[in-house]
Amino acid sequence: MSASAAGHRRTVLEMQGVDKTFGGDVEALRAMSLTVNDGDFISLLGPSGCGKSTALRLIAGLSEPSGGRIVWEGGHEIGDLGVVFQEPTLMPWATVADNVWLPFRLRGHSYNEVRDRVLEALKLVGLERFQKSYPRELSGGMKMRVSIARAMVTNPRIILMDEPFAALDEITRFKLNDDLLMLKDRIRCTVIFVTHSVFESVFMSDRIVVMAARPGRVVRELSVDAPYPRTEEFRTSAEYAALCRSASEALREAMGEHA
Amino acid sequence: MTISDPTRAAQATPALTLDAEDRARIRRRKLERTGAWALPVGLLALFVLGWDWLVVANGIPHFILPRPGLVASTLVNDWPMLSSALLITMQITMMALAVAVIGGVGLAVLFTQSRLVEMSLYPYAVILQVTPIIAIAPLIFVYVDSHIVGLLICAWLVAFFPVLSNTTLGLNSADHNLQDMFRIYGATRWQTLRYLRLPTALPYFLGGLRIAGTLALIGAVVAEYVAGTGGTGAGLAFRILEASYRLNVPRMFAALILIAVTGVVIFVVLSFISHLLLRKWHESAIKREA
Repeated sequence: MSASAAGHRRTVLEMQGVDKTFGGDVEALRAMSLTVNDGDFISLLGPSGCGKSTALRLIAGLSEPSGGRIVWEGGHEIGDLGVVFQEPTLMPWATVADNVWLPFRLRGHSYNEVRDRVLEALKLVGLERFQKSYPRELSGGMKMRVSIARAMVTNPRIILMDEPFAALDEITRFKLNDDLLMLKDRIRCTVIFVTHSVFESVFMSDRIVVMAARPGRVVRELSVDAPYPRTEEFRTSAEYAALCRSASEALREAMGEHA
Repeated sequence: MTISDPTRAAQATPALTLDAEDRARIRRRKLERTGAWALPVGLLALFVLGWDWLVVANGIPHFILPRPGLVASTLVNDWPMLSSALLITMQITMMALAVAVIGGVGLAVLFTQSRLVEMSLYPYAVILQVTPIIAIAPLIFVYVDSHIVGLLICAWLVAFFPVLSNTTLGLNSADHNLQDMFRIYGATRWQTLRYLRLPTALPYFLGGLRIAGTLALIGAVVAEYVAGTGGTGAGLAFRILEASYRLNVPRMFAALILIAVTGVVIFVVLSFISHLLLRKWHESAIKREA
């Protein structure tokens, strides 16, 4: 079950045998290799402690690998990466528009220069009416949308998402899952999505990387060949149920190795 | 759509009928709003009446305890002298507060930029703070010739620590995920300070500022007691001291009232500034419905 669907796509980023140890004895990640192709929606699925968040931080450049390499095809610059954390991570003193402006602001662009792009991003997440609101005036799901808008605003090649919807209620999460797929289709970016939900990973991704803990490592990769756009119909289909079952099995195997 | 419009929801509320609990809550809120000013004012009136009665009933001479009316008329008659003294005290307080803000915030920023500086200087900042100003003040006036500068140093010494410690705490409280976000977007040290650490520190700083404002007044008054010089540069504390030598108790009361009022005004003004700066986003400045 390799990523056959991704065969014809260009490579964006490659993790080559990446290790990460903390304090010399905690092995957070061992020999992780992953080829990220243009347009992939990759889920990193695994129990806590399997190094999925560590992998994300390494790709984001927030920490350095202890061994191995992470290579961006053709190099990369700052705007090539967008990140959405588990928390919305908005600046409470800044309006919604100012929060989305941040990536540009840090590169010295005035608001007027980039206003159209900021508003465009807000429109994509359905919040253009709230550009002048402050984060505290928004619901949890809306804050997450602002966070997504900020991650997309620079037109990044890769968006990293670290369990972005874990703290939301199920109804909001389903809605955001749908909207995220629609957005990805619209802006044609690559997504690496960390989750511990089998259902979420199957619904969202075309590649599922199953990881295990102690040491954190990749144990299997599944591909989900169902075509996009995926809708509510897919969520109730037999195909979806079968995929969930095999992903669950893979995950159980991954956890069983050390249970 | 999961998006709900909070403004519309708020407008819709009054149209609903109020139940008994709501009515009780509204009544209670009204009562609290009136009580907040009516009760202290009533208490003050009772206190002044009781004071007056005490003096008259016991035939206490005015150089021991003056009647409230006499204090009021002293306040009016001595206004030229008291007002210039008030001006001096206010000037010292404000200048000391300004220097405390500049020094406190400046040092706090320096602390967060360099651990070495913080490790070296912080213990001394604490020592300065825990040593009572009244014990340091005489020394300061030994070494500093200028009366005004001496007062300023004393007031500053008392006022700057709350600004320093609160601002340092605030600057170090920046959200870790936001710090990561800033790193990912390649923010410079200066940008992180300007756009992340300083806004995070603002509510903490304003809390320190409110304390510092009243402390600066205390510092100015204490220092003047120690300095004890009169003449053109005499502030309210010196006027109290001078009046006590002359057994002019009504003037002592009048000057005391002015100091108390000044302290309250400083506190209220700083609280108002704080409210203006935070009302849009900070939890402390936001009224909750229900």
